[in-house]
Amino acid sequence: MHVPDGFLDAPTSAATGVVAAAAIGVSLVKARKELDDRTAPMAGLVAAFIFAVQMLNFPVASGTSGHLLGGALAAVLVGPWTAVLCLSVVFLVQCLLFADGGITALGTNITLMGLTTVVVGWLVFKGLQLVLPKRLSLVPVQAGIGALVSVPVAALLFVALYAVGGTADIPLDNLATAMVGVHVLIGIGEGIITFLAVGAVLAVRPDLVYGARPVLARRELEIRTSTGAAA
Amino acid sequence: MGAGHGHTLHYHGHSPVHRFPAHLKILALLAFMIVVVATPRDWYAAFVVYLLAITSVIGVSRVPPTYLLKRTVVEVPFLLFAVLLPFVATGPRTEVLGVSVSQHGLEAGIALLVKGTLGVLASLTLAATTEPQDLLLGLERLRLPQQLVQIMSFMVRYLDVVTDEMRRMKVARESRGFTARNPRHWPVLARSAGALFIRSYERGERVHLAMLSRGYTGKMPR
Repeated sequence: MHVPDGFLDAPTSAATGVVAAAAIGVSLVKARKELDDRTAPMAGLVAAFIFAVQMLNFPVASGTSGHLLGGALAAVLVGPWTAVLCLSVVFLVQCLLFADGGITALGTNITLMGLTTVVVGWLVFKGLQLVLPKRLSLVPVQAGIGALVSVPVAALLFVALYAVGGTADIPLDNLATAMVGVHVLIGIGEGIITFLAVGAVLAVRPDLVYGARPVLARRELEIRTSTGAAA
Repeated sequence: MGAGHGHTLHYHGHSPVHRFPAHLKILALLAFMIVVVATPRDWYAAFVVYLLAITSVIGVSRVPPTYLLKRTVVEVPFLLFAVLLPFVATGPRTEVLGVSVSQHGLEAGIALLVKGTLGVLASLTLAATTEPQDLLLGLERLRLPQQLVQIMSFMVRYLDVVTDEMRRMKVARESRGFTARNPRHWPVLARSAGALFIRSYERGERVHLAMLSRGYTGKMPR
């Protein structure tokens, strides 16, 4: 759900706008390392994919359904810097072409749902990758946990922003409990679906999963013959 | 999506609002919304003026109001929040239709409703009167980083291709008797998402190779 115009006051919106602009600036430079001169077409197509996947509804129970945010998924699939660019462009297009999310809240939306989910998802993923054994089968699990954590953290950041620049005095502890409670549930969904989707890509094209590259680099070539594995 | 095709929200027309330069329209939308957001919530007269301003722009653009009103559904989720506000906020209580609600929450809820609706109407007007290509040119003229504009132009160009690909996958699933009803069906949907990613990524690679073979060096020709 996108933050609309007038939800947070003008200074808070402006501050998040500056954060988002700075993050995009850094990402533009760093993404070239992930994608070199392929940046524009590849990031554009991945952004279109994120947009499409946000329209894919996952049934929850009794008629309700949710959809993926895709921050952690994008970070694991294409790398964190490219993911920040892709998600920022998705929010920009949603704001200007689909009137989804206010233009003054664009910075807030990018910071909360783009930047935070990518950064938290990627850090958790990387942290787990350092701690756990480097096995290909663990990559989707790590991605799923990263996605699970990223959603409630984004919700908490929203509460913090609301505490600074909110327009109504809701008791903050109630708001925090409600937001985090709901978003832990959403995060579980996001985590499971990210786990399944990364696993599906790994099964077919493991080389496309950016987060799996360190694991793939350690894998040795195995030659299989009709008589079994050769030495 | 080829050039000349509008996106889903675009309403074809030739009014002055349609012809107005896109970069000025974006700036006007931004300035208008900053003013709206910064207006204290008890200046009711100001909000009436804003509403008159936006409706007169819509009038000049000759986009049917029903066309825009139907598309304001994007704000439904936060309407629920605005309706909840009077009940969860603290502060002095007041009576509305015999129900005790928070005074501040009520004011904030109404303000949120008014400002949010103005924002959605203004954004819809921009989207309805501006072709995506003009919008991209406008953003470029506003000095948005070249690379970001390029990414956005590729996204806009291939948006319909990718969403169409997803729609075909849905048709294929459903023609085999699949309907997603509960979380047990998630693996199927997640595999579709994974396949969609691979198809999008490989399409990006093909597009890039096609561009290289036509002399692309990392910069778009002017």
